[in-house]
Amino acid sequence: MSTYISIIIAAVLTNNFVLSKFYGCCPFLGVSKKLDSSVGMGLAVVFVMLCASLVTYPIYYAILVPLEMEYLRTVAFILVIAVFVQLLEMVIKKLMPPLYKTLGVYLPLITTNCAVLGATIMNIDDGYTFGQSLVNAVFSGVGFLLAMVIFSGVRSRVDDAEENTPHMFRGIPATLVAAAIVSMSFLGFGGLGQ
Amino acid sequence: MNYGKEFTKGIIKENPVLVGLLGMCPTLAVTTTAFNGIGMGLSTMFVLICSNIVISLLRKVIPSQVKLPCYIVIIASFVTLIQFLVHGFVPSLYTSLGAFLELITVNCIILGRAEMFASKNNLLASALDGAGMGIGFTLALFLMGSVREILGSGTWFGLTIPGMASHTMSLFVMPAGGFLVLGFVIAVVCAIANRKPPKKLGCDSCPNAEGCDGSCDGKEEEAKA
Repeated sequence: MSTYISIIIAAVLTNNFVLSKFYGCCPFLGVSKKLDSSVGMGLAVVFVMLCASLVTYPIYYAILVPLEMEYLRTVAFILVIAVFVQLLEMVIKKLMPPLYKTLGVYLPLITTNCAVLGATIMNIDDGYTFGQSLVNAVFSGVGFLLAMVIFSGVRSRVDDAEENTPHMFRGIPATLVAAAIVSMSFLGFGGLGQ
Repeated sequence: MNYGKEFTKGIIKENPVLVGLLGMCPTLAVTTTAFNGIGMGLSTMFVLICSNIVISLLRKVIPSQVKLPCYIVIIASFVTLIQFLVHGFVPSLYTSLGAFLELITVNCIILGRAEMFASKNNLLASALDGAGMGIGFTLALFLMGSVREILGSGTWFGLTIPGMASHTMSLFVMPAGGFLVLGFVIAVVCAIANRKPPKKLGCDSCPNAEGCDGSCDGKEEEAKA
């Protein structure tokens, strides 16, 4: 049980997926302009990471390892994730229209998101069991969601203050510096859960 | 077609990191030392050139409905190849890049160039475009890595810099320093080039732009309002 708790604390706070591991920086900087799109993207990432881990873990240990083809991991995982996300999109569209309305636009974006591939690779590299890797996937996604939500608030302040920003920093540079400060504040969680 | 221009545009004018704001994850994550930055840049460049060539050769064969999975498989194969090469020849780099070597697969620069350029242009132009973009990416990573290594560890390519080593600011090699240095580098580059810094990450080179129409950023709502 304590392993699960330390995985959760690490994934959400101490080793936050975006702010200290840099997985999924593009959506973090690209989609975090509004609170509702941040939440939608974050929830979609949680969902897809869970599903991707559910699928890739058995593929690695039941197919690639017995055949001694571990080196095909990258190709197999990305292909499975790409196909799976498309299937998922169709299923949700058909069966759960309200959910599709919230997550729909974000699902195809996530296929080529390094957060998802990164999480599945991490599950294998860190030698997690099946249960641990599911917990890790969900809470890494929650860490992503948390970072997105916090940052969308910070970012609206930064955008409001654009008049006072030096010319060379307007736009993305100011956003990046704000991200640095948010990331710095997460350093405060260091050492927690050890 | 002006082949020289296809090659040089990626280096400064359309630099994928500093102007295009692509491939942020590796740019921020692996640039704790100048050596890692160059290693990551060259690995990405290798994959970019090879995938551009293959995709350009297959551009009339790949059906447009399944182009994204096809591109991803081609790119992932070359990533597997470079993983073997780096593991075999530069094991220290392999360890320090970690999962990010594998994550070259989902680097938006590579998919973006496949989608925007290689699928529409001939072999030579695509190869030159890949080389130019790769050099631009490597230069940006080298710059980031140098700044972070000098300020954060007081060394450059592992060599101690006199006077700096006793005044290191470890913040710069921490994750927060990555964001900070990238922000400053983009601002300074824009100030030197005398142009406005980019407002936000554009849809121009996002491989998913076709299916998304900017709706990921709430553009639809803005249009309605």
